[in-house]
Amino acid sequence: MSAPGTTKLLEVRDLAVAFETRGGMIHAVNGVSYALETGETLGIVGESGSGKSVHVLAMLGLIPKPPGRIARGEVVFQGRDLLALPDKALRKVRGGEIGFVFQDPMSSLNPAMTVAAQIVEPLRIHLGLAGAAARRRARELLDLVRIPDAGSRLDQYPHEFSGGQRQRVMIAIAIACKPKLLIADEATTALDVTIQAEIIALVRELKREIGMAIIWITHDLGVVAGIADTVQVMYAGRILERGPVDDIFSDPRSAYTLGLLRSLPDLGVRDVRRLRLQPIEGTPPDMRLPPAGDPFAPRNRYATPRCFLEAPPLSQAPGAAPGHLVAAWYDLPGQLARERPTP
Amino acid sequence: MTEPAAPYPLLSVRNLSKHYPLRSWWGGTASVFKAVHDVSFDIRPNETLGLVGESGSGKSTVGRAVTMLNPPTSGHVVFQGADLARLTAREMRGMRRHIQMVFQDPYSALNPRMSAGAYVLEPLLLHAADRSRAELREEVAGLFERVGLDPRFAGRYPHQFSGGQRQRICIARAIALKPRFIVADEPIAALDVSIQAQVVNLLQDLQDELGLSYLFISHDLRMVRYLCHRVAVLWRGGIVELADSETLYRDPRHPYTRRLLAAVPVPDPAAERRRISTIGLAEPAPQGAGHVLTEVAPGHWVAQNADG
Repeated sequence: MSAPGTTKLLEVRDLAVAFETRGGMIHAVNGVSYALETGETLGIVGESGSGKSVHVLAMLGLIPKPPGRIARGEVVFQGRDLLALPDKALRKVRGGEIGFVFQDPMSSLNPAMTVAAQIVEPLRIHLGLAGAAARRRARELLDLVRIPDAGSRLDQYPHEFSGGQRQRVMIAIAIACKPKLLIADEATTALDVTIQAEIIALVRELKREIGMAIIWITHDLGVVAGIADTVQVMYAGRILERGPVDDIFSDPRSAYTLGLLRSLPDLGVRDVRRLRLQPIEGTPPDMRLPPAGDPFAPRNRYATPRCFLEAPPLSQAPGAAPGHLVAAWYDLPGQLARERPTP
Repeated sequence: MTEPAAPYPLLSVRNLSKHYPLRSWWGGTASVFKAVHDVSFDIRPNETLGLVGESGSGKSTVGRAVTMLNPPTSGHVVFQGADLARLTAREMRGMRRHIQMVFQDPYSALNPRMSAGAYVLEPLLLHAADRSRAELREEVAGLFERVGLDPRFAGRYPHQFSGGQRQRICIARAIALKPRFIVADEPIAALDVSIQAQVVNLLQDLQDELGLSYLFISHDLRMVRYLCHRVAVLWRGGIVELADSETLYRDPRHPYTRRLLAAVPVPDPAAERRRISTIGLAEPAPQGAGHVLTEVAPGHWVAQNADG
């Protein structure tokens, strides 16, 4: 794996996104700020309603407006604020310097166009390639994503490919113009576990070959563990924790991260059935009325009175690895130490 | 968690097949698609049998065949001594109260125009119509409490509940008639991680309290290992391996089982990076495995190749 560079490729500053609905305003993203370095892989973890998908759609100008609205913020990609770009300029970035792959390849691909035509499209728009040169490149891309017998499959339609192969085609389209950034939103969630393993191995190799940065959005902590350099945990439209992948798993500082890790069965122990799963009780907040304080406080047994009143800022966790940030008023390691029975 | 006490099965599935004729364009039967072929297994009282496999392996087809929602083409499903395929419609109606199903998507299983309380009450009205309204109301309230829902929510409609709460409503309905056996087809797949654990704990508690048996159909191999006493691995419509879950996960014998288990991501960065660095790209699927099971160790069945 290439070591993450030191230059900022992407900087998200105080991004907030809301949706106007009949039932009221839904505050989907509430002030999200983070930076991504060249060649870095950022894993974003969160459950439905966390804002993890909405914030990247907003970044790419892909949320329908109305009902969607970017309430505030900047998304600076290679020195330009994507949110301030006119549609036409944003289209040049999207699919060119930023490639993206979504969960369901069948609804992302056009069923009435051959695979070749769909791979050639970004090559024509962004690189000005046409004719035999574009076709040759499309074939190379199918080879690159390991579709066997690529030459004869170029003129086939999406329904002639299996689910895993369709997602490979989506990846081929996403990386067609050698993007600086690949955004994958639950890209392997709909796939079988063996296919998922192949896609992840493929993306890791492509990253080495192309040197792109990756934002990998998923609810699966196992997937994030293997692919990410940095992990960012989102909940109720905010970042609750962010840090180097090993530190997030070994030294979580947010009670929500800890809850997610503990709700998975620990398969390291023999006779795992004897242990009871420790779910996070309760349900996420109603985003029409986002809580004033820490949004996780009502489900957090370690919450302090302040957690209910005032939202904690995302800042360096005391005593944790540099760059390990947490948004919490409570001290999780201290609380856990107090819980442990003294010998 | 106690091991199943009784050695005799509650449910015996023998040589179950579900075939679909594929018609050619002028109407004749061109060929037969074997969705499930020659599947046999037992489920003991108070036991959870996991059924794992990838999409298209026939998992859900097996689940629907053993509950007679979609009866098998051939084979036997013997429940408490009765062969379900041979029962009359009337006898089957009586049997249904003992066999229930829980599905993946609680929202589409629920009726959007029926309140949660009415939905849970419905099976009680069909099977226990002689009871008074007050008794039934109390029973529904008890079921709500049993699955961790506030009985005051009985008047609410499906859209007013979260995904996890909806699945609890479906489970309340499934246990309303005190069944012996529940087929749970991907019951947690549509739920968020933190909610999955709540529902899995509920399923376990209900098993302990009501002595239920489950056929737990899932692609979540981590949760299957946690929840199931024994696990059957389905591949291309046939069982390729069946063992108690500790054995299956520690010592998988069939190449497909090995491939499947090797693909499960581990929520531990160091271990996970090690794991994916050893996974080959586009590794070919195992070839030519027959579906004849041989007992390689007590209780551990593996499909053998023709060439051994």
